Amino acid sequence: MSHCRKRCKRQLTKVFRLFYRFLTGTLEKDSVEDDFELSTVCHRPEGLDKLQEQTKFTKKELQVLYRGFKNECPCGVVNEETFKTIYSQFFPQGDSGAYAHFLFEAFDTNKNGSVSFEDFVFGLSIILRGTINDRLNWAFNLYDQNKDGCITKEEMMDIMKSIYDMMGKYTYPCMHEEAPREHVESFFQKMDRNNDGVVTIDEFIETCQKDENIMQSMQLFDNVI
Amino acid sequence: MATGVAAWLPFARAAAIGWMPVANLPMPIAPTEKNKRADELIILNVSGRRFETWRNTLDRYPDTLLGSSEKEFFYNEDTKEYFFDRDPDVFRAVLNFYRTGKLHYPRSECILAYDEELSFFGIIPEIIGDCCYEEYKDRRRENQERLMDDDEDKKDAKLPNMTFRETMWRAFENPHTSTMALVFYYVTGFFIAISVLTNVVETVPCGTTPNTKEVPCGERYTVAFFCMDTACVLIFTVEYLMRLFAAPSRYRFMRSVMSIIDVVAILPYYIGLVMTNNEDVSGAFVTLRVFRVFRIFKFSRHSQGLRILGYTLKSCASELGFLLFSLTMAIIIFATVMFYAEKGSTSSKFTSIPASFWYTIVTMTTLGYGDMVPKTIAGKIFGSICSLSGVLVIALPVPVIVSNFSRIYHQNQRADKRRAQKMQKARLARIRISKTGNSNAFLHSKRNGLFSDALELTSSTEEEQQLSKNQSLLESQHHHLLHCLEKTTNHKFADEQCYEQSYLEGALHSYPSRSPSFSSQEGMTGTCCTCCSKRNHGPFPNSSMPTCLLTNPPSHTHPHHNLQELSTIHIQPLNTSRSSLNMLVDEPARPNCQSGTITTAIISSPMPPATTPEVDAHLPPTGFALQNVVKVSAM
Repeated sequence: MSHCRKRCKRQLTKVFRLFYRFLTGTLEKDSVEDDFELSTVCHRPEGLDKLQEQTKFTKKELQVLYRGFKNECPCGVVNEETFKTIYSQFFPQGDSGAYAHFLFEAFDTNKNGSVSFEDFVFGLSIILRGTINDRLNWAFNLYDQNKDGCITKEEMMDIMKSIYDMMGKYTYPCMHEEAPREHVESFFQKMDRNNDGVVTIDEFIETCQKDENIMQSMQLFDNVI
Repeated sequence: MATGVAAWLPFARAAAIGWMPVANLPMPIAPTEKNKRADELIILNVSGRRFETWRNTLDRYPDTLLGSSEKEFFYNEDTKEYFFDRDPDVFRAVLNFYRTGKLHYPRSECILAYDEELSFFGIIPEIIGDCCYEEYKDRRRENQERLMDDDEDKKDAKLPNMTFRETMWRAFENPHTSTMALVFYYVTGFFIAISVLTNVVETVPCGTTPNTKEVPCGERYTVAFFCMDTACVLIFTVEYLMRLFAAPSRYRFMRSVMSIIDVVAILPYYIGLVMTNNEDVSGAFVTLRVFRVFRIFKFSRHSQGLRILGYTLKSCASELGFLLFSLTMAIIIFATVMFYAEKGSTSSKFTSIPASFWYTIVTMTTLGYGDMVPKTIAGKIFGSICSLSGVLVIALPVPVIVSNFSRIYHQNQRADKRRAQKMQKARLARIRISKTGNSNAFLHSKRNGLFSDALELTSSTEEEQQLSKNQSLLESQHHHLLHCLEKTTNHKFADEQCYEQSYLEGALHSYPSRSPSFSSQEGMTGTCCTCCSKRNHGPFPNSSMPTCLLTNPPSHTHPHHNLQELSTIHIQPLNTSRSSLNMLVDEPARPNCQSGTITTAIISSPMPPATTPEVDAHLPPTGFALQNVVKVSAM
């Protein structure tokens, strides 16, 4: 009962304040004050030399990467919205938001909701300059959303659907409702050796190493930068 | 290609690692950078002021002067810089466009100079950012109006060999062209004034007869007034007929407002002539005379200000409508309130709500006649609120009308608003085209790419280089990325037309095919003619043809897609229940193409002729339909 009364009192005081401001002509004051909150958070990466030691990029490559990064994110960190916007510009036909979300989760290693330049470069270093095993590990990390060491069918279904969403509506042949599910089934058939409904990291790496196509496609990333 | 985020392309390509373990098909080969050179600084010398930027920055927009090889024309060997003899201040905005992807309009620049610079550097002004676009459009409009005014002044120059009719029309429209026109102008003006004066004086009571009854002058001096009226009407009729004769488009003239006013002004007289005898309609005849006052509107031909007032009212129609609507709302509300407030008091004038309307209108417009006043306290309170709010409601739209009038007074706005609307549509259309161009760029380059794939097998390297030079490295990398996605999901990108077509035909495919396994393969019978063009050519002899049956399609007519080079024939092997043939090859299309190896369509089936349904069932369960379908491109 007292809770009710407290709420009533609060509302009443708010109404009186509003009325007072109406009489004195200062109604707009509140909104103006709110705008001056400091909303920009800046972040500077560690030194160029340190980054060069920690990643496998050369100095020049780091410079080029940083210039591009800073251009799109002047405040030094990417939040998920910006990440999605940037990624969606490469796929104008489809909806890449879901896949960008998974990517963001994979890049944001310290789970603080933003990707700094270090996170960005560490991730890229593994993908572009790591060994094939590193890359496979990274891909597994991307699929495994709850990081429990195994990929369930639901997780794979989410990923698959997000990939198919990027194609958009206008495809040839027409995109069928069941296409992602069928693809997930075939993936599990291939990967899940002991048929326990999940794909563990060892099964994953083992199967991938045996697959010619996957091995070859992993080598695509050598020449990206 | 999203040129604004070109720097993030390596990231996007790295992100494709998520697709690789999932894909069942091999990925296409990545494009390599043929001459990988480190990013270098370019010096741009614009009239002495040096700008420096990375070469990559300029390469973001390859269809502008700075992004293409056109800038090599301005390269100065001695100083190793690009020299442009242009305005450095405007160049700042141009260069910032490359850097940030947004084009801004510097407000201190003249609009013409700015447009010239943009067209010199090959940038379309439609991509000006939203922050500056309104200003740009306003300045553009002002400039055009100024040009139009200049044109109108030039129009007065006398053109040789004008017919009599045209001369007369020009004389009517612009009285300053000749003395005759001026005389005519003043004579008609004089008679309009006389006519209006006559109508007014007619009703003034002049002098009393001994009968102690005051008669208006019109009834006293009937003959004189009648003669005056006749003379005026004659003049007006003659003028109207002459205008009708001289008008270049008589139908349009008859529909114009001025001519309607003319007709309405003189018609009552003639109707009166016809109907003087009949006593019943004399009442109506009297009412008709009211329309004689419309003669005063004929003055608008003589006064520019009156015309502009008319234009203003027309252009502020929405504000006037709003004013009317809000007034009506307020009147109804206050009338209701006053009626119920005053219901109690005795001998109240507020007998009904419509009766209260009059009070509300008089109060809100602050007239206050005083013929109806509230007597109760509640009525007085509400009455005062009513008058206060009346001031507000009327005062709000008035400044808009005033500003409109002042704007129109300087320029003639009607035709320009129409033109501005057209340009808005054109701008949106062009932006939309360039946006779809980005997503279609991949499709186009795919077709071209497959075209060049074939050439690689047969032709020399020069042609290959020539074709691949058209695509920048960035574009080819982006397209490779999209190609990988296609391979991962086993579907191809298509544009809207192909999609709709294949969707329709997928829906039409309700006939049961002979082989039950085919029914499980969706989308197979989609006969999209130009989306996927897979080249099958080579030393296959024509003798392998008999497996494929070319028949005419039962009912389809396929729209022509805008592919210049490739057209496809879509054939299915015999053992399906349907075979259809798409657009036939335009044989004379390219008889002397560069590669010279292929001139006819050679069709072959990738599967052995004796295909049985069981073999089909072994196809990959993803339903990749291309196995059963042979598509051939012919030049």
